[in-house]
Amino acid sequence: MQYFLELSCSGLVRGSIYALIALGYTMVYGIIQLINFAHGEVYMIGAFIALIVSGVLTIYGFSGFSILILAALIAAVYAAAYGYTLEKIAYRPLRNAPRLSPLISAIGMSLFLQNYVLLAQTPDFLPFPSLIPDFDFMEPIAHIMGSAELVILVTSAITMIALTVLIKYTRIGKAMRATQQDMTMARLVGVNVDNVISMTFVIGSVLAAIGGVLVGSYIGQINFYIGFMAGVKAFTAAVLGGIGNIPGAALGALVLGLAESYAAGYVSSAYEDVFAFGVLVLILILRPAGLLGKAVKQKV
Amino acid sequence: MLDNMKRSILVALWFVFLTFPLMVVKVNTLKNIVEWRWMNMLWVALGAFVLSIVWRWAMVRRDLKSSESDSTDDDQARPGIGQRILEDPKIFKPVLLVLAVVTLVFPLVVDIYQANIMVLALIFVVLGLGLNITVGLAGLLDLGYVAFFAVGAYTYGILNSFWGIGFWTSLPIGGLMGALFGIALGFPILRLRGDYLAIVTLGFGSIAKIVIENWEEVFNGAKGIAGIPRPGLFGLDMTIESATTYTYYLMILMVLFTIFITNRLKDSRIGRAWMALREDEIACVAMGVDMARTKLGAYAFGAFWAGLVGVIFAARNTYINPNSFTFMESALVLSIVVLGGMGSIVGVIIAALVLILMPEYLRAFAEYRMLMFGAVMVLMMIFRPEGLIANVRRKYTRSAVKTEGVNA
Repeated sequence: MQYFLELSCSGLVRGSIYALIALGYTMVYGIIQLINFAHGEVYMIGAFIALIVSGVLTIYGFSGFSILILAALIAAVYAAAYGYTLEKIAYRPLRNAPRLSPLISAIGMSLFLQNYVLLAQTPDFLPFPSLIPDFDFMEPIAHIMGSAELVILVTSAITMIALTVLIKYTRIGKAMRATQQDMTMARLVGVNVDNVISMTFVIGSVLAAIGGVLVGSYIGQINFYIGFMAGVKAFTAAVLGGIGNIPGAALGALVLGLAESYAAGYVSSAYEDVFAFGVLVLILILRPAGLLGKAVKQKV
Repeated sequence: MLDNMKRSILVALWFVFLTFPLMVVKVNTLKNIVEWRWMNMLWVALGAFVLSIVWRWAMVRRDLKSSESDSTDDDQARPGIGQRILEDPKIFKPVLLVLAVVTLVFPLVVDIYQANIMVLALIFVVLGLGLNITVGLAGLLDLGYVAFFAVGAYTYGILNSFWGIGFWTSLPIGGLMGALFGIALGFPILRLRGDYLAIVTLGFGSIAKIVIENWEEVFNGAKGIAGIPRPGLFGLDMTIESATTYTYYLMILMVLFTIFITNRLKDSRIGRAWMALREDEIACVAMGVDMARTKLGAYAFGAFWAGLVGVIFAARNTYINPNSFTFMESALVLSIVVLGGMGSIVGVIIAALVLILMPEYLRAFAEYRMLMFGAVMVLMMIFRPEGLIANVRRKYTRSAVKTEGVNA
């Protein structure tokens, strides 16, 4: 029973990280129907920036919680900047190109960013300082759920609620929903579609960066390649929930995280990644619209 | 002009900000040392400044070109220089002759190391041509192409180490196994749209590698399979040098065979169906093209070549392990196709030779290889989506006299 609870807990943690990344995929896909392959790289860059900032701050004598907040903040700002620049360089010039073009451009960008970090920093794994303090009140159940896990769950929950509020009740959220429904019509009623798309990338990147910081301090090491797998899995989660659907992405991510955790715990950890892809393929065959998505009829 | 300068300076400043933490700061969290590399900032600033000027100039040219082709309806009327060379027999024939002579004497004048690299480049030529069928002609983006290559290589490795089956028997089996896997992979994803396809194929590519790594009994895991014999010639004993030369000529024949087949395929019924499918799936199906068969055909034909050269790759290296079949190889083959021009055979051959040989001979570049491939993919899509040498589709012209008039 305890083993099961442990697995469930680690599955939820995993799932909420996937959710943070998956939201970026699903928002971008909802608006411009593009798989932003480089999204996983933005997450990786967020983790790296947080590592660098926290490293420098530790050396200059800052401590504990202030480092975590500052590192997360700076990482989010930088991830947003990267997301914005990425869209401007690699996707905006291809707005009216055939579908394959932005996809290949996205893969190119993903390769570029990976190797940029590899060359600018290091190909090796870097130890990530554990920024999350140990809470005393978690002591009794620490064998099932530690402080880091609690912080991750709470942070992702807060982030997702904030995102929901942003999309439901703010002006930019309204503009985003309008653009998602009908880009031409949104433009006609005065929405600056280009700005909305940029904002979507910025918001998605901030979420990914938060995920990156959390993962870094949870797992304790990062390298330039972490974005690739995380990206693919988060995309799987987004598809599982129904791509373009924001609550769907969160649900899909949690389901995938739990399923992966149980599979790794009860079956075999070597085939963990195979399992995630298996889920993706099955979903695409059996229910391509995803758990919460609606099947869209293609219009001619 | 001044405005341009100002904008480029702003861009340079933006990139300085953007790259600052990653390019300048390097922390060692174990020893608590920070290394500040300020010089990098200068390079970033200069590079971003120059590139932004070039970028803007290229953008203006691109917009000019697209508005031009909008106004004239005959946008493919003027073939590029590459195409003109290919079509003019006066230039084409001597070029071909020189090429043939160079290819024939190449292994005799250079040492074994060079010949070996050339064999690798030729392997990637065939891979590029194979992927060109799936991506270039049929428009199905395949990010797990290297899995079929692995299928071929491991087919030979396993057949040989378990049952001692030779190279020549394994060669067609490898190709067929590739095609079989192509069809098996194609089935579940027939109904998927382009971008889903990309991610599923990416998944299959990764699964293949994980399975090879973990299934010790069959694939020998991460250790790989060693002692795979080189291609044989009627049981002749060959030194390493002559074996390499022999493999080289074998690869040349292989490339010629691939060019011949893909060229014929392109103009065949199924080839035209692929292109129609690429342009507009719904219209194509409405015209009576069997979508399932055509797509599966594209996968099978693409994977067939990968399986075939996979066998040769295993024989060339005499050793295979899962690390030769990573996503990087898939990305490499994809950038060959993108750079060369989707659907264009000559373009793909040139791109494969350039992308494989350049990092080998310019060792300083080797480190920046993947960085450049990434950049090449983005830039090609934006500025020259048709590739270095565009694929010009055959057109039906009304009178033979008129066609000659255009070409002369």
